[in-house]
Amino acid sequence: MAVTFGRVLDNKTSTRIEREVASAIKRQGSDWKGNTFYTLLLVMLVLTLFILAVLIYGVVADGWDILTGWLPSFLGGTLGSIKAFEGQTLGVQQGLAGSFWIAVFVALLSFPIGIASAIYLEEYAPKNRFSNFIELNIRNLAGVPSVVYGLLGLFLFVEGIPSITGGRTAASAGLTLAILVLPIVIITSQEALRAVPATLKEGSYGVGATRWETVRRQALPYAAPGILTGTLLSMSRAIGEAAPLILVGAITGFLGSNPSIVDPRQLDDAFTAMPILITGWTQNPMPEFRVAAAAAIVVLLVFVLLLNAATIYLRYHFEKKREA
Amino acid sequence: MTPKPKHSTTGTTAESADISSSVDSTAAHLMVAHLTVADLKSSKSRKNRQKAVHAGLALAAMVSVAVSGFIVWSLISEAWTFIVEVEWSQIFNIGWFPRRGIYDVSTLLTATLITTAIAMLIATPLGLGAAIYLSEYARSSTRAFIKPILEILAGIPSVVLGFFALYWVAPEVIGRISDNSTGSLAAAGVGVGILTIPLIASISEDAMTAVPSSLREASTGLGSRKTATTLRIVLPAAISGIVASLIVAVSRAIGETMVVFLAGGAGDTALFTSSPTDSGLTMTAAMASLASGTDNVVGEGLTVQSLYFVGLLLFVFTLLLNLVANRFVSRIQEKY
Repeated sequence: MAVTFGRVLDNKTSTRIEREVASAIKRQGSDWKGNTFYTLLLVMLVLTLFILAVLIYGVVADGWDILTGWLPSFLGGTLGSIKAFEGQTLGVQQGLAGSFWIAVFVALLSFPIGIASAIYLEEYAPKNRFSNFIELNIRNLAGVPSVVYGLLGLFLFVEGIPSITGGRTAASAGLTLAILVLPIVIITSQEALRAVPATLKEGSYGVGATRWETVRRQALPYAAPGILTGTLLSMSRAIGEAAPLILVGAITGFLGSNPSIVDPRQLDDAFTAMPILITGWTQNPMPEFRVAAAAAIVVLLVFVLLLNAATIYLRYHFEKKREA
Repeated sequence: MTPKPKHSTTGTTAESADISSSVDSTAAHLMVAHLTVADLKSSKSRKNRQKAVHAGLALAAMVSVAVSGFIVWSLISEAWTFIVEVEWSQIFNIGWFPRRGIYDVSTLLTATLITTAIAMLIATPLGLGAAIYLSEYARSSTRAFIKPILEILAGIPSVVLGFFALYWVAPEVIGRISDNSTGSLAAAGVGVGILTIPLIASISEDAMTAVPSSLREASTGLGSRKTATTLRIVLPAAISGIVASLIVAVSRAIGETMVVFLAGGAGDTALFTSSPTDSGLTMTAAMASLASGTDNVVGEGLTVQSLYFVGLLLFVFTLLLNLVANRFVSRIQEKY
């Protein structure tokens, strides 16, 4: 028996009222708006994952004949016509060679210059208008469309200093892409250096170390995983980039020589690269070249995704280690 | 005996540490007698190395400034020739035929507008949906699983999206709603949209995670549901970051080249069109197609210069968008 508003209620009524009050407070089962919103979000996410799955499936399915049929000779083959496809001498070796040398340029130029810039901006530069200008400038460079870097490469390296680069060569392409990823290397290295605890640096100064000694012995080792992540990311960006190479004059049709991938003599010669090769074959209306393009995409994706996987692993690994 | 410093250090620094913490004046006197000002100074070679390193690092930082200078110089010097010498009647004509001296820029601008609009229609709901889910709803185990997948999507080269847009989106999606199942501006727009999903997702997720959890807790404490907290508290608080992500995505979509070049369906010429299901040339695709001919960038009269003119337009548009986006991003950084 319960008493409500001075009235005596029987057990049944009081339980009913209790339940109503409880459900009014919890508002169970009535949140259709919230449920719809949640479902909507989930649909968006699943759709995104679905698109990625279809993309991977589509590329692998299109390239299946080559990937399961004659992958080894495809990896060692050259640019060519439909006859080359039928004779299984078509392939990606020239593209791999071009992309390899582009990667070498990026590693030798962008990494040192980029990391040095980041150190200067984070550890040395006075906080004034000029350093603000440099920072803003770098952020804007990171947003410049890649095709504009192609124009820069065409103007500066192909037509500006052909006596050094040899014109439309792998060297020009490497220089152009090294410039293109420079802002990415700088920004990610800056973020890594900014995350170094101030106590670490103060301790180093406290025992009499100079600024450079502090940077080299304390800040750089601490920031190394972050910097490495940035460099790997920029490398994967560089080997997947096609638009600037088209402007610099990469070859999509036929390329005479097929030297071994690491032969540096090809640097002052006409060149192609993986994304360019894919572009050329995708544009070719013959269905055989759709297969070739898809197979080449799978080869490129293996490299790009390995680099990305390495960065993701590094980041999560070190985040966990720092937290511990 | 005075307490020794906890950290064991070596050389003069340890001795000076001892001096400062020592109350034993005789010991301190003994030390000082051995130390002169010259001892405390860095050696000359150490100082020189300092200076050399400083100069080297500053020089490296100047490289990026030089790059910007070269970009502006190359674009303006060549585009200027175009602007001065082109007949203006050719700027407003039937289409884009650069090798024949017809440079209707509005053809390219309209096509760019169409692909960018379609890309944003695709990427905004998907990217924001993923960001809100990951930031507000997902368990940490789900996040740890989904985020790397989004990063993989972000890492896929644009040629791959171009291939996908041409051979899968065009026939399977656009081909079903129109007659054109080869390349079209719509197919290219969808491809560009897929490319920008991770961009929107990651920037706006960062903005939402930066919202202090005290705001969420206060909202929940007042009896708000999850939906109300998300839509009325978190989203408004993160709005500048979200807007920035959308602006960056627009800038990226305008500058994206390979997807529109491969899936846009046009050669290196195009008639003016405002229909998304037609084939067309955007600014970027026009540049790429002009440069990828067998003769590379050669043509009648001002063909080469037209390339730089379009490049300059592209550069100015994306620069303005990026400057605005930077403003928004720095606003959210100041707030929290």
